[in-house]
Amino acid sequence: MEARDTKEHVIEVTDLRRVYGGGFQAVRGISFHVDRGEIFALLGTNGAGKTSTVELLEGLERPDGGRIRILGHDPYTERAVVRPRTGVMLQEGGFPSELTVKETARMWAGCVSGARPVGEALALVGLAGKADVRVKQLSGGERRRLDLALALLGKPEVLFLDEPTTGLDAEGRRDTWDLVRALRDAGTTVLLTTHYLEEAEGLADRLAVLHQGRIAAAGTPAEVTAAQPSRISFQLPEGYFVGDLPPLGELGVSDHEVEGRLVRLRTRELQRAATGLLVWAERAGVELKALDVRSASLEEAFLQIARDASEQASEQEVAA
Amino acid sequence: MSGAMVKGSVTTPASRMAALARAELTLLGRSKATVISAVLVPLALPFSLRPVVDDMDVEDSGLTVGLVLLPAAIGFSLLFGVYAALTAIYTARREELVLKRLRTGELRDTEIIAGSALPVFTMGLVQCLVLAVGCTAFLDVPAPEAPHLAVLGVLLGLVMCAALAAVTASVTRTVESAQVTTLPFVLVSMVASGVTVPLELLPDRVASVCELLPLSPVITLVRSGWTGDLSAYEALGSLATALAWTVLAVFAVGRWFRWEPRR
Repeated sequence: MEARDTKEHVIEVTDLRRVYGGGFQAVRGISFHVDRGEIFALLGTNGAGKTSTVELLEGLERPDGGRIRILGHDPYTERAVVRPRTGVMLQEGGFPSELTVKETARMWAGCVSGARPVGEALALVGLAGKADVRVKQLSGGERRRLDLALALLGKPEVLFLDEPTTGLDAEGRRDTWDLVRALRDAGTTVLLTTHYLEEAEGLADRLAVLHQGRIAAAGTPAEVTAAQPSRISFQLPEGYFVGDLPPLGELGVSDHEVEGRLVRLRTRELQRAATGLLVWAERAGVELKALDVRSASLEEAFLQIARDASEQASEQEVAA
Repeated sequence: MSGAMVKGSVTTPASRMAALARAELTLLGRSKATVISAVLVPLALPFSLRPVVDDMDVEDSGLTVGLVLLPAAIGFSLLFGVYAALTAIYTARREELVLKRLRTGELRDTEIIAGSALPVFTMGLVQCLVLAVGCTAFLDVPAPEAPHLAVLGVLLGLVMCAALAAVTASVTRTVESAQVTTLPFVLVSMVASGVTVPLELLPDRVASVCELLPLSPVITLVRSGWTGDLSAYEALGSLATALAWTVLAVFAVGRWFRWEPRR
């Protein structure tokens, strides 16, 4: 009888590091965990270290520092134990172009313990009609779906998806999301990378924003977003100055900037700030043109995190 | 017998390699260029050499035309049918990221390398058999005196060429450039390993150096399988040389094989 896996943390990453040949530090000490039946997204711009991290989790390379546990095992040194329980979708295909879809899936099925029937796996991703088409004739989106089908062949407990919807059209993307959610609901643990913010926001239970090989922010999409201020912007009416507005501090505005007649306010109390501003405009009998009131989105949070991180980096450079 | 529910089939190294080999066999059948250079060249080339061999004074060395052409044909089969073909296949699979993808699954590294080679390996073996039978039938080659030496030679040659192909693929960037990167070993073997010119016809000093090349003991073993003129001591020497190169090549694969394209 083998020991039971820790129920809580299916994926556990501690102070993970990866350094490439030229000395480039792609992953600079990141830690996170993913629970069973959870969808966890690694979000970041190109070059943030997403794929470098996922490849280590998949056990393709040995980390240069830190520790990884997948289902309680080291994915690199205990490959034989881990692999039958994981499914991997690489960022790029990796199929011989002269094989048909069915032949590709059949080959992979022969290498996977407890494989689903090939037809079932292809049907899951909507490729049943393309079974006899050569891989080289597939569109980019169809190749992504074939990759997903292969990742699902072994009914994995843990699924790694590296940019699963890149190249998919809106409908294909939605289908993939539904499929991933259904898998999660059936108990599969999913770790995915994406640079689509709405994908992370809509799909992930929790996420981490990677920036330059470090985790810049982590939590549920709501938590990461809530850490960022909301924004109000409008055009000052003719003849008015910022000083004519009610005291901004009292409205709960944390900072503001003025560009010509355009005013931008940041606040963590959106309702109070917006109400104060609109009541003032009502009383003054003026119209706030180009009024835009928005709570923080993951996109803004993401951009802000990237900005903050770059500022910190350049400050460090100046200090050094 | 047990009433338990059938759990999904668990893969074994053999079943995984079989699945991979089946896919590679399909691919081999669809790659006309590989099939032509791997089948036609080894079968046709040695016989186009016949006029040249007829002009050599092979009889002085106790050989016949058939005993020169048969090892030559088997040498060509190993070089073109196995070595060059497999170098191109390993390179293609790496550049298509197929090797990387295979490594994400249950296949072990050695299974990937061996499974991918299996169809070409088998094709090389069949070719050698066809050549042996064909040469015996059409070139008046006598029945082999020491067939076990020929069999050992061919098997060692196959493994060695497959491993050397994996090593060569590691320094080959594209399938096209495989035609260039395979040239050194192919040319050196053709000229100095007894494939086109029997080592027996070379000056002794040159021959003793050439005997140490990777394919030389393979050709020597194959030829002596028919002539039976190798002493036990000489046979052991050839086997040891071939084995040493094979072990070295396999070690080099484990050490330097490239699984992903250079970035």
